[in-house]
Amino acid sequence: MSEEFVTITVDGQELQAPKGAMLIEVTDKANIRVPRFCYHEKLAIAANCRMCLVEVEKAPKPLPACATPVMDGMVVHTRSDYARNAQKSVMEFLLINHPLDCPICDQGGECELQDVAMGYGQDVSEYVEGKRVVFDKNIGPLITTELTRCIHCTRCVRFGREIAGLRELGMTGRGENALISTFIEQSVESEMSGNVIDICPVGALTAKPSRFAARAWELVQHASIAPHDCIGSNIYVHTLRGEVIRVVPRDNEAINEVWISDRDRFSYEGLASDDRLTAPMIREDGEWVEADWDEALKRACAEIKHALDTAASDEDSEASDSSSKLAALISPSSTLEEMYLLQKLMRSLGSGSIDHRLRQSDFSDQDSAPVIPWLGQDVENLENMDAALLIGSNVRKEQPIANHRLRKAVVNNNAQISFINTREFDCNYPLAHNITAAQQQLPHELAAVAAAVFADSDDALPSYIAGAVSIAKPNETHRAIAQQLKQGKSSTVLLGSQAAMHPAYAALRALAEAIATQTNSIFGYLSEGSNSAGAWLAGAVPHRGPCNDADAVKGQSISDLSENTPAAAILFNVEPEHDIAQSRQIIRALTGASSVIAITAFRSPVLEDVASVMLPAAAFTETSGTFVNAEGVMQSFKGANNPAGEARPGWKILRVLGNLLKLDGFDYMSSDQVRDELRGMCESIELDNSITAAPQVKLPAGAGSLMRAADVPIYATDALVRRASSLQKTHDAVVLAVSMNPADAERLGLDEETGSVSVKQGESSAILKLIIDAGVPAGSAWIPMAVKGSELLGDPFGEVVIEKV
Amino acid sequence: MSIEEFISSITASANNQPGHLLQYLYEIQYQYAHISQQAIKLLAEKLSLTESHIHGVIGFYSFLHDSPRGAYDVLISDSITDHMLGSRSLLDALCKKLGVVPGVPREDGRVTVDTTSCTGLCDQGPAMLVNGWAVTRLDENRIDNIAELIESATAVDQWPNEFFRVEDNIQRRDILLSDESNDGEALRSLIDQGEDAMLEQIESSGLRGRGGAGFNTGMKWRFCKQTEADQRYVVCNADEGEPGTFKDRILLNAYADKVFEGMTVCAGVIGATKGCLYLRGEYRYLRAPLEQILQQRREAGLLGNTILGQGGFDFDIEIHMGAGAYICGEESSLIESLEGKRGIPRKRPPFPVTHGYQNRPTVVNNVETFMAAALIAVHGADWFSSVGTEQSSGTKLISISGDCEKPGIYEYPFGVSIQDILKDCAAKDTQAVQIAGAAGFTIPPAEFERCIAFEDVSTGGSFMVFKQDRDLLDMVKNFAHFFVHESCGFCTPCRVGSSLMKDLVDKVHSGHAGQYDLDEMQNIGQLMRSTSHCGLGTTAPNPVLDTLEKFPQIYEKHLKHSSYEPAFDLDAALQDARDITGRDDAGAHLGTKS
Ligand SMILES: Cc1cc2nc3c(=O)[nH]c(=O)nc-3n(C[C@H](O)[C@H](O)[C@H](O)COP(=O)(O)O)c2cc1C
Ligand code: SF4
Ligand code: SF4
Ligand code: FES
Repeated sequence: MSEEFVTITVDGQELQAPKGAMLIEVTDKANIRVPRFCYHEKLAIAANCRMCLVEVEKAPKPLPACATPVMDGMVVHTRSDYARNAQKSVMEFLLINHPLDCPICDQGGECELQDVAMGYGQDVSEYVEGKRVVFDKNIGPLITTELTRCIHCTRCVRFGREIAGLRELGMTGRGENALISTFIEQSVESEMSGNVIDICPVGALTAKPSRFAARAWELVQHASIAPHDCIGSNIYVHTLRGEVIRVVPRDNEAINEVWISDRDRFSYEGLASDDRLTAPMIREDGEWVEADWDEALKRACAEIKHALDTAASDEDSEASDSSSKLAALISPSSTLEEMYLLQKLMRSLGSGSIDHRLRQSDFSDQDSAPVIPWLGQDVENLENMDAALLIGSNVRKEQPIANHRLRKAVVNNNAQISFINTREFDCNYPLAHNITAAQQQLPHELAAVAAAVFADSDDALPSYIAGAVSIAKPNETHRAIAQQLKQGKSSTVLLGSQAAMHPAYAALRALAEAIATQTNSIFGYLSEGSNSAGAWLAGAVPHRGPCNDADAVKGQSISDLSENTPAAAILFNVEPEHDIAQSRQIIRALTGASSVIAITAFRSPVLEDVASVMLPAAAFTETSGTFVNAEGVMQSFKGANNPAGEARPGWKILRVLGNLLKLDGFDYMSSDQVRDELRGMCESIELDNSITAAPQVKLPAGAGSLMRAADVPIYATDALVRRASSLQKTHDAVVLAVSMNPADAERLGLDEETGSVSVKQGESSAILKLIIDAGVPAGSAWIPMAVKGSELLGDPFGEVVIEKV
Repeated sequence: MSIEEFISSITASANNQPGHLLQYLYEIQYQYAHISQQAIKLLAEKLSLTESHIHGVIGFYSFLHDSPRGAYDVLISDSITDHMLGSRSLLDALCKKLGVVPGVPREDGRVTVDTTSCTGLCDQGPAMLVNGWAVTRLDENRIDNIAELIESATAVDQWPNEFFRVEDNIQRRDILLSDESNDGEALRSLIDQGEDAMLEQIESSGLRGRGGAGFNTGMKWRFCKQTEADQRYVVCNADEGEPGTFKDRILLNAYADKVFEGMTVCAGVIGATKGCLYLRGEYRYLRAPLEQILQQRREAGLLGNTILGQGGFDFDIEIHMGAGAYICGEESSLIESLEGKRGIPRKRPPFPVTHGYQNRPTVVNNVETFMAAALIAVHGADWFSSVGTEQSSGTKLISISGDCEKPGIYEYPFGVSIQDILKDCAAKDTQAVQIAGAAGFTIPPAEFERCIAFEDVSTGGSFMVFKQDRDLLDMVKNFAHFFVHESCGFCTPCRVGSSLMKDLVDKVHSGHAGQYDLDEMQNIGQLMRSTSHCGLGTTAPNPVLDTLEKFPQIYEKHLKHSSYEPAFDLDAALQDARDITGRDDAGAHLGTKS
């Protein structure tokens, strides 16, 4: 259907505009700037500030451009005396109640009110009458309110309702006493709440962590990419004299639009944490001592060489290849360049034992798995869905921007979105179905959906799932989900990060892929970290080299390490106790290794225990690099400030190690060169999530007792966020506890009064706070991982015994 | 009954619909004298609403409170006519007797005394509300009695009946008020003629809305009927918030059957099955009798399913209570309020006739409009249009209060002159008449020949008389304060403008203003008029602009001669400190004023 166009004249300029468009949309497009406060292109029109008044010929009074639809032949003046007088009067009205504390306001220099006021050459308030006094509200650790500055534009309220799906922010009172307020626990609970800071046109809502830190015009702006999830939100890092003062969104309609998550906005606080590693350190007689780079690097090389040599002499031939002697683990949020160089270093030394899949435990199908598990589509496409099934995902907290797109699909297309998870998660849109099952039951639920999908079809089931599906018993819900996926014109099946941690990941993958293919849905992954896709591409996996190079040296996956202790290991931005699923086994292996070289931005007790050399690496913002997001887009960025202390960008450390170990091909001058080398190799790579073969899927037997299930809470995902102090004060900063279903609690004689319980998992045990929560399915003990204390328990999925203390 | 049980019972009675939030809050307020945090939590859970939404709604309506108001919540009407009858000194007397400051609950939790916008009892004022019940004809004696009843903790239902007597006070009847048709006659006529013919009757009668705007009623019904929809609604606007208006009160007290019948005729014509009467909170005492009449009508087959045995003619009416917000008389705010929200006027278009309650086509008409429609259905269009003027057919109910001997309700054919009305109500030495409420017109004697009609002086029915020795600026000040209190705060021009205007009027009133300030009032008034979002803001400056033009002398006598002086009165600012310290000696004042 072709749009109808009308012609209007604005300030003498003739413009074509789609019929029914609001005047302000048309003038914005034509770069004619009409002042505004309440209008925001991403929010519903409120038309309350009246700042956008313009003169429309033949209209009896000035009209608000944001709420006036264009009509053919309309003649508009945005800067005539008439229009400017109206605008100026409204501005005076707004200024009169405004405190005019610009010199101390954090919005100073980027305040829309200040901008507009200056545009009118206004020598501030003409009215000297008494101003409104308003008391400020405490709305949590991230946002400061200064409500005397509020001009009641309601952008924040609309943001809450329309974008964040959070309704806690609202107006109360009436007339001049109307106030922005929020109630539930006095805090704005949203993983996107920080966006109100950008949205507020004045300094009524500002960032608490960077309060009074700097004036806007003193800041230097650096384009960058957010480092915590697979979306790759575009950001600006703002620095003052080399220190990061804040992070704000950078518009990219295809990815994050104008939003970013709170994690991406406030994690920079971790950069300045006390346990940054600021100088190289080596262990001398069991004690850590600072060393200069030269010494530390030499020591690292010597240890690596020693491990490779000595091990060779005293092991038998089968295991004597370098892969069993030297292993490397790298954080999935490392840059593409770091991934590529570390695997190159390893493989040049003859070891293929490199892995980024730190929280995965089932590797049985790795050879049939796709070259790069990816989203299967553009991020933007998620909002076009009319049906979706997510398995093992708390997308709202894990990839907030993806969730925002899915929410749009629900709000705009009435999309039917369902989850199959090991517990209920809070969602900010209505769900079609929300299946929860104990961990070992998850594949059964998915098999039941698969059975429903294939039920009335003549198509043959893929052989590797046929057995499992044939014994599954779909119920109404499974059938409904199958139906929704089939009927959806655009539908998708997504495996989340919790699925990737699941002990039956291969089964989940095979079933999900078959469901997607059969229902004509897009199959995709919401992977862990900011650069899992980059890791696959760079070859940071033991069974494939860069760009799926099948001839590359192969090695052991992370799970093999627990049985087969290497002589030496390199940890690249890994905190073993939090970043690794089978942390207990791996830490034991690392303790057994004669040498562990930690290239890391942060110190941590476990690293200090297991390592022999610690090399200080630049953290996010301090290095250049590239992330490949879930949709397969490579986004490079430059460093925004200098690394802390003696720290150096990871790619440079690896380059020098390569040089010192006399390896070929480590003569890079820039990270761009590293990236381009890899890119050159990858031109023919095609992204394809389909699988044609897989190990036979066997559904796990039901366990009689309690099985642990876990996720990585939003502010525990990586070393940087775990140290971001303001985020750690929010409601979403999960503290360690065990949650269980009321029925299980009753069976064990536990109740709300119990307080703490003893939790045993294998050989480990801990005393944890008990939460009784009907959102946790029966048979499940929900204990988050990667939070303080969770390292005491080990595997995120295992049998647990809970007793009274 | 525990609060949980109470809340469950009230929400259950409306099927736990979140849209009825205001109704639940109203019940809780009057049961517990406030809406506690616990109640808010319980409601939030039950209705899947957020606490902030509920707080937001409570904060919007003057009669709802989230902190305790005490066992007796006394609100004295702040209408200008009540002022003229001495309400201010009665307020002071009551406060003194009870030992309270206006607006602040007494420490023992017994009582709060405060003021409220016009209660619609101007013909028998000064008036007040106690726990929502109207008390009329206050005088010193009655105030003494009330203070004693409160101190002795006598339950309000034990207070003398006499206190709560509200009279109809009908002084002149014309075709509406003298009607003697039987209940159900309009509906029979509708069934006999059919909807289309009935709609034509309404159209050709020339009936225009009685709520103020004067939109053609038949046309409104036709627009609504023509809009495709799965459901349509009929809403009767009984918010009657225009200061000085009380005619809907009389209609609902003495002619409710006719009003409901008019709504039912409308429902039959447009094809609605649900209707609603939005009754202002001040008329709480009318609710039970109205519910009873609805019940009688259901029993008589005039309401409910299969009305008068007509298959498919189903219609029922619910009563929704307002809770102290003048803006909720504006039809789109009223609809928001019916949906349980803050009464912020919607953007228009779309208009309620196409997108109203629950986004469905909705007819909103005034009480008097529905009554007139019912009688047109009985007696025909010609009967109606033979009365009144060419453009304003029929009659108009006028609510007369202020300086006259015979305040009350007067029904006149449109076209009646102000002069004649003044004669009938025995007003003498009249300085001005304020017509159409606080946002209306201030008419000087030179214009007393003008007529009440849509084409001349159009009004929802308020007619306030001011005699020569009144300071009209008191009225202007009263209205300016009224608008600050009642502005919903949504749009800048009205939110800020009304408050600036009030400050400037106060400044003039206290003798501190100069010509500069009057010019400023002009500017502010013009801006509000041309750029506000809804009718409240566009008309709020009327009394100032009108009196500046027609009664400049009332300003001049208050003016200082310097052109500018700050409104901030240092001495006045010390009042808080004096109140706290209990000092009022010369040393606690700043030089000039003591
Ligand atoms: C601020 C404001 C207050 C209003 N108050 C009332 C009222 O109390 N009663 C009423 O019937 N109409 C009131 N109206 C008019 C209504 O918006 C609407 O026009 C009317 O209810 C339509 O009914 P009618 O056509 O029968 O007059 C008010 C309008 C405004 C702008
Ligand atoms: S706090 Fe900011 S965004 Fe919210 S209403 Fe006030 S000025 Fe607008
Ligand atoms: S004009 Fe006044 S009452 Fe109307 S929307 Fe604006 S602020 Fe609210
Ligand atoms: S921007 Fe148009 S009214 Fe606010």
